[in-house]
Amino acid sequence: MVEEESLRVVRCGGSELNFRRAVFSADSKYVFCVSGDFIKVYSTATEECVHILQGHRNLVTGIQLNPKNHLQLYSCSFDGMIKLWDYTDGILIKTFIVGCKLHALFTLDCAEDSVFVTINKEKPDVFQLVSVKLPKSSSQEVEAKELSFVLDYINQSPKCIAFGNEGEYVAAVRDFYLSVYFFKKKTTSRFTLSSSRNKKHAKNNFTCVACHPKEDCIATGHRDGKIRLWRNFDDEKKYTYTCLHWHHDLVMDLAFSVTGSSLLSGGRESVLVEWREAAEKNKEFLPRLGATIEHISVSPAGDLFCTSHSDNKMIIIHRNLEASAVIQGLVKDRNIFTGLMIDPRTKALVLNGKPGHLQFYSLQSDKQLYNLDIIQQEYINDYGLIQIELTKAAFGCYGNWLATVEQRQEKETELELQMKLWTYNKKTQGFVLNTKVNMPHEDHITALCFCNAEKSENPTLVTTSKDGHFKVWILTDDSDIYKKAVGWTCDFVGSYHKYQATNCCFSEDGSLLAVSFEEVVTIWDSETWELKCTFCQRAGKIRQLCFGRLTCSKYLLGATENGILCCWNLLSCALEWSAKLNVRVMEPDPNSENIAAISQSSMGSDLFVFRPSEPRPLYIQKNISREEVQWGVFVPRDVPESFTSEAYQWLNRSQFYFLTKSQSLLTFSTQSPEEKLTPTSKQLLHTPAHVLPSASFLCSMFVNSLLLSKETKSAEEIPDDVSMEEEKESVDSDEENNFTEEVQDTNNTDLGKDIIHQLSKSEEKELRKFRKVDYSWITAL
Amino acid sequence: MGEFKVHRVRFFNYVPSGIRCVAYNNQTNRLAVSRTDGTVEIYNLSANYFQEKFFPGHESRATEALCWANGQRLFSAGLNGEIIEYDLQALNIKYAVDAFGGPIWSMAASPNGSQLLVGCEDGSVKLFQITPDKIQFERNFDRQKSRILSLSWHPAGTHIAAGSIDYISVFDVKSGSAIHKMLVDRQYMGVSKRKCIIWGVAFLSDGTVISVDSAGKVQFWDSATGTLVKNHLIANTDVQSIAISDQEDSFVVGTAEGTVFHFQLVSVTSNSSEKQWVRTKPFQHHTHDVRAVAHSPIALISGGTDTHLVIRPLMEKVEVKNYDAALRKITFPHRRLVSCAKKKQLLLFQFAHHLELWRLGSTVATGKNGDTLPLSKNADHLLHLKTKGPENIICSCISPCGSWIAYSTASRFFLYRLNYEHDNINLQRVSKMPAFLRSALQILFSEDSTKLFVASNQGSVHVIRLLEGSFKHLHTFQPQSGTVESMCLLAVSPDGNWLAASGTSAGVHVYNVKQLKLHCTVPAYNFPVTALAIAPNTNNLVIAHSDQQVFEYSIPDKQYTQWSRTIQKQGFHHLWLQRDTPITHISFHPKRPMHILLHDAYMFCIIDKSLPLPNDKTLLYNPLPPTNESDIIRRRTAHAFKISKKYKPLLFMDLLDERTLVAVERPLDDIIAQLPPPIKKKKFGT
Repeated sequence: MVEEESLRVVRCGGSELNFRRAVFSADSKYVFCVSGDFIKVYSTATEECVHILQGHRNLVTGIQLNPKNHLQLYSCSFDGMIKLWDYTDGILIKTFIVGCKLHALFTLDCAEDSVFVTINKEKPDVFQLVSVKLPKSSSQEVEAKELSFVLDYINQSPKCIAFGNEGEYVAAVRDFYLSVYFFKKKTTSRFTLSSSRNKKHAKNNFTCVACHPKEDCIATGHRDGKIRLWRNFDDEKKYTYTCLHWHHDLVMDLAFSVTGSSLLSGGRESVLVEWREAAEKNKEFLPRLGATIEHISVSPAGDLFCTSHSDNKMIIIHRNLEASAVIQGLVKDRNIFTGLMIDPRTKALVLNGKPGHLQFYSLQSDKQLYNLDIIQQEYINDYGLIQIELTKAAFGCYGNWLATVEQRQEKETELELQMKLWTYNKKTQGFVLNTKVNMPHEDHITALCFCNAEKSENPTLVTTSKDGHFKVWILTDDSDIYKKAVGWTCDFVGSYHKYQATNCCFSEDGSLLAVSFEEVVTIWDSETWELKCTFCQRAGKIRQLCFGRLTCSKYLLGATENGILCCWNLLSCALEWSAKLNVRVMEPDPNSENIAAISQSSMGSDLFVFRPSEPRPLYIQKNISREEVQWGVFVPRDVPESFTSEAYQWLNRSQFYFLTKSQSLLTFSTQSPEEKLTPTSKQLLHTPAHVLPSASFLCSMFVNSLLLSKETKSAEEIPDDVSMEEEKESVDSDEENNFTEEVQDTNNTDLGKDIIHQLSKSEEKELRKFRKVDYSWITAL
Repeated sequence: MGEFKVHRVRFFNYVPSGIRCVAYNNQTNRLAVSRTDGTVEIYNLSANYFQEKFFPGHESRATEALCWANGQRLFSAGLNGEIIEYDLQALNIKYAVDAFGGPIWSMAASPNGSQLLVGCEDGSVKLFQITPDKIQFERNFDRQKSRILSLSWHPAGTHIAAGSIDYISVFDVKSGSAIHKMLVDRQYMGVSKRKCIIWGVAFLSDGTVISVDSAGKVQFWDSATGTLVKNHLIANTDVQSIAISDQEDSFVVGTAEGTVFHFQLVSVTSNSSEKQWVRTKPFQHHTHDVRAVAHSPIALISGGTDTHLVIRPLMEKVEVKNYDAALRKITFPHRRLVSCAKKKQLLLFQFAHHLELWRLGSTVATGKNGDTLPLSKNADHLLHLKTKGPENIICSCISPCGSWIAYSTASRFFLYRLNYEHDNINLQRVSKMPAFLRSALQILFSEDSTKLFVASNQGSVHVIRLLEGSFKHLHTFQPQSGTVESMCLLAVSPDGNWLAASGTSAGVHVYNVKQLKLHCTVPAYNFPVTALAIAPNTNNLVIAHSDQQVFEYSIPDKQYTQWSRTIQKQGFHHLWLQRDTPITHISFHPKRPMHILLHDAYMFCIIDKSLPLPNDKTLLYNPLPPTNESDIIRRRTAHAFKISKKYKPLLFMDLLDERTLVAVERPLDDIIAQLPPPIKKKKFGT
C-alpha cells in the first residue's frame, strides 16, 4: 500500500502560526496564516482549519491576497517561489520562480502585474525591497526574473515595511531610520531620530511601521514603547510627528483600521490598545490576551482584527474589541522540562505549555486540545522574576492519575518544591487535584514514574531526588466521618550509600523497580521493597534507564554520561552487551520490543533503533537534525502502517516524534505527514453538497453508529493488510473516528445502510472470535 | 591660574517668582514676561535672549494680562482693576487707568493696534481707544454672566471671541452685541465637573475659534454657526494657555501638568488641499503649571509656576543648525542681586522685599588643592532689612568698607549707615534725601567708600560725597542731549577717577570724576552691555556684551587696547560664543594685572592676557592640569581662557583678597523644593 520511499525527517504539525501577520479574506470568512512550509486557511467563525495549502518546499514567509482577484492568494517562500492559490478549493494555480530567497511579500492594488518582495543580497544583514514583474503566461510554472530595485538597507521583517496612500509611497524602518520612498517622484526621504547619536542608551529604535489608509500619516512603533505618528514627511525639513505612549515595553506591531479612524498596537503587555482618532487620551483596551502580541492584522471588510501571539495562538477579535475565536497551535515559547508524554485517554501529546500549564496537543488535528493549569497562580510577565517552573509530569493507571512536580529556586539554599497528584474525573472529563505534597524531597526531584502494570491493584508512584532518596507513594484511604476520599502517602523511602538518585523505572509487569544512583543501578522488589541486586559499570552517571518490553522484558538498558549504552540481563544479573553511544534520548516503544536511542555528536543527532536482545541496530538514520534533540516519544498509531521493508518495520505500530532544542517537533515519514493528519471528517465537509446523500439519511446513520458503537466496531474500513494486533489497537479508538470513516465509505460507494449492517454483523462474529483467541495475549500487553 | 580659597556660599535663599504672562512682540523681536509679584521683564530675543529691561513689581499689582500694541507700547492689566502702560525708555510706569469693572482677567489689543479690549470680573468687555499718549474708554460690549477670562480678536478686527466660565461668546465689534454663545461640555473623562473654565481662546482668520479649558480639552469651533468642529482631549488637568503663530499654521498650548503641546496644520494627503489640525509634539520642560505660552516665528516660548522661561526653537524653522537651534531655559535674572564688602567680608543679598546682610564664615584649617576645609566660625546673618511699602527693591549696594547700604524702590531711595560695635550692628537711616534721588536703577560706591554714584531713570548719574553720617550732592551727569535713555550699569575705577555708565542700548559713557565732565564715549555696539569694570592701574575698561563678546578699552588712550583688537581679529572660541547666560560680573586681581575674572551663571573664567588665545581646534573647557605635570606640556596646552564649571548655578563670584574667592551658588533643587508641589501624575496611569 505504501511506497517504500526513503524515510525522511519531516516537520510535523505544531509549526508556528505566529511567524507572519495573518491575512483575512475579503469577506472576512477565512483567515490565512503561514505555518512552516504550508499555508493554513481557517474559518473565522468556527476556528477550524479548512484547507492546508501545500506546495512550497521551504518556510513560507509571506502571504497576500491577490488585489485583482480576492479569491486568490499569493505566497512567497525561502525556496524562491511565488505561488498563486485558489484558497476556496485549495488549489495551486500558478508558480512564479524568482530564484532567490524571498523574505517578505507585499502587493499593491495599483501595481500592474507586479508584487514586492524582500530579498537578501550578498551581505547577510542587508536586505532590499524589489518589485517583481509577474509575466502573463498560461503555463503552470513561469520564471519571473524581472526584478527592479526599490529600497536598500531595509529590515528583514515585513513589519518594518508599509505601503501608504494607495501605493504613493513606501515606508521602511530600520534601527534609527525611517525611509520613505515616493514612487511618483522617485525620491527617498530619510528621517533619523535625534537621540540616536548616543547609541549606547538610546532605546527608541524603530520596531514596526504602518501607514494610514486615507491620510499621509505613518505610524511607527519603538523599542521604548512609544508610537510616533509622522506627517508632512514629503518635506525632509518640515516633517513633524506626534508621540503616543502607553506601552512600557517595545511596540511589537501596529495596524490602522480600514477607515483609518483608529490605530491598533500591541506588545509584551498582552493588551491590544486601540487609539481612536490617534489621540493619546482616547484609547480602548482589550487586556489579558495571554501572551505577547506579535502581529496585528485587520480584515479588509473592517469587521475583524486578528492578533498573533507568542504562544502560537491567533485570536480573532471583533471590531468592538471582543475576542470571538482562538486558534491555538502548539505552545512553544518556553523550555520543555516535562518532556514529551502521551495522554493514554486522548492520545494527545502532553508537554509544558503556557507558563504553569500542561498542554494537551492533538497531533492528528494539529490543534491544542486544552490547557491544564498546574501551578494555579497568577503569572507575572517580567524579566528577572524567578517563576515557579513545572518540571516533571507523569501519567499513571491508563490516564487515571497525573503526577506533577513544580519548583522555584530563588537562592541556592531556598528551594520550593511541590508535588501534585491529579485524578481524572469522568463527570467533568478533566483532571482534579487530589493530593498536594509540599517538599516531597529535600532536593530537586530528578525523575518520577508510575507503576503501570496491569495487575497492580494499588497505584504506585516512585520519585527520585538529588537528596539521595527515592520515595514510593501509594494511594490510601483518606476517608473521614464527612466523606469518602482517597489520598497519596509515602510508603517507602529507599537510598543507596547517599548517592543521588537520578532515574527510576518500573519493569513492564511492575514486579521490579530500577533506580539509578549516579553510577550504580539498583533493582528493588516492588512487593517488599528489598534491594535485589546492583549493577555498576563505572562508566559514568546513568542518564537514561529503561526496561525492555514484551519478549525482551528480561533486559535493562542504561545510558551513561560517558557515552556507554549498557544492557543487563536480569536473569543472569550480568552485562549482556554494551556499546559506545552518546545517548541523549532513549525511548521504548510501548507496542513492541523496539527502543529508539538518539545520540548526539558534533555533526548532529543520529537515530538508532534496536532490540535489547541483540546489540545490532534494526535501523540507523544519521543526522536527523543538526541541533540537539531534547525529547522523543513513541506515539501508537491509530491505523497501523505496513512497511514491508525490514528497516522501516519499527514504524508500523508506532510513530516516533522528537523535539529539538529550538522546539521544532519532527517525525519520520515516507510521505508528507500533513496528508495523513487531515481529519477524515473534513473530507465530508469538503465534498460538494450536491453529491452528498440527504441529511436525514446521514443523520440516522450517525445515530446508529453511536448506538452500536461496541458491536459495530468494524474491520471493513481497516485495510486488508492490517494484522490482528492492530485490530485490537483500534478497539480503543473513539466512536467519532469510526463514524467518519463509515461516512466516508458511504461517500465512496454511494451505497445504503444495509451493506453496513450486513458487514457489521459478519464482523461482529469475527470480532468475537478474535477476542476468544487473543484474550490472553491482550492481558500480557 | 593659581590656587584660591573659595567661600562656597549657598545660603542665599533666593526664589524667583512664577511667570504669569508672556507677550511676544514680532516687530521688535522682544518678549515681555510678567511674574506673579508684578515684575515685568523684557527680553531681547535678537540679543541672545538678554533680559535688557525690567519693571519692579508691586504687592497690589498682580498682573493677569500683558499685551503689546502698535509694536512699541506695552500694557498690562491686573486684579486691582487698572490698566497700566509702561514707559520703555525711562523704565517706569507711564500711567494707570482704572477700568471700573472689577479685577481684569484678560486683555487684547486689536490687530491694527488702535484699540484695547479688557475682560473684567463683572462679565463686561470694555473697549478702549489707544491715543498716542494715553488710552480712552470707548464703550462696553454686552455684559456676560461671569468673568471674562480670555479674549481674542479676529485678525480682521471685526469680531472678538471671549472665553468665560462654561461658554465662549462671539461679539460683533461694530454693534458690540454677542452673536453666538458656544457652550462647552463640562464632562471630563465621563465625570461631570462643576465648572469648565475657558482659559484661552484664539480667533483664526477663517472664522475658527480655538479654545482651551479646565477640562483638558482643546476645541475647534466654527464661529459662523457657533458649532463645535473638533475636540482634542490632551490632558487630565487644565489647559491654561494658548498662543498661535502669525501664519496661523501652528499653535501651542500649555497644561497644568507642565506639558506644552504643539499643534500644526498639515495637509491630509500630499496631493490634496484639505488640511487638518494635528497635535504633534509634546514638550515636558516644566514641572509645574504652564501659565503662559507665546509663539515666535521660530520658537515656542513657555513659562509658568516653576519660574523657568523656556524657549524651544522649532527645528523646521531654523535655517542652519547653530546655537539658535538649542533649547534655552532662563531661570535667574540677568543682573546682580549680590554685592560684597570685601574688607569686612560681608555679603548683601537682595530679595523682592528685603535685604539680608551676612558675614562670611572663616576657617583656620589648611588643606590640599580640592579639599573642603572645616569652618571654625559659621556664617553670620547680621541684618534683615525690610522695605517699607508695597514696592519691590530695584537695586541695592553695600560699600566696600561695609559701613553704608543703599537701596532703591520705584519711588524712594534709602541710604543707611552701619556701625559695628563688636558683634552688634547699629543701623542708622540717613534722612533727608534730596528730591531728585527718588528712584535709582543702579547704585555704586567708590572703592574708598567716599563717593556714591546713583543712576536714575531719567538718564542722569548723580555723584554724592559721603561723610560720616551725612552726604553732599556733588554733581549730576546729565544725559546726552535728546536721549532719555536710562543708565543701568555703572563701573568706577579703583582710583576713583573714572566712572563708566551704560544704558540699555547706546554705548558706554566714561566720565572724569575729578573734573566732573564726560571724558569719552565708547563706540556703540549692536548688543547690549551685560557687565562693566575698570581695571586698576591701567584704567582699562572691560565690557561684556550679550553676544558674549568681551572688549577692553583703554580710557586714557580713548581707544581699544591691543589685546582687544587681537582677540577681535582672531575671534572668540565657538564654544565661548555658544554659552547660554550673559556675563554678569567682571573683576580683577590686584596683583596680577594680566588677569580678568568674569563669570556667568554656569562658569567662572580667568582670562590671562599673556597667554595665547585659543582657536576653534583647541579644547576650551580644559580640566585643570594636574600640578605634577611637566611645564612643557602645560605650556603647550595652556591658553588664555581658564574656565571652571565647578560652581553652578553661580549668582555671584568675586575676589575677596589675593587668595580668596567668594562664590554664591543657588542650586535649582533648592528652588524647586520651595515651590508648591506639582500635580501628581501616575507613572502607569491610564
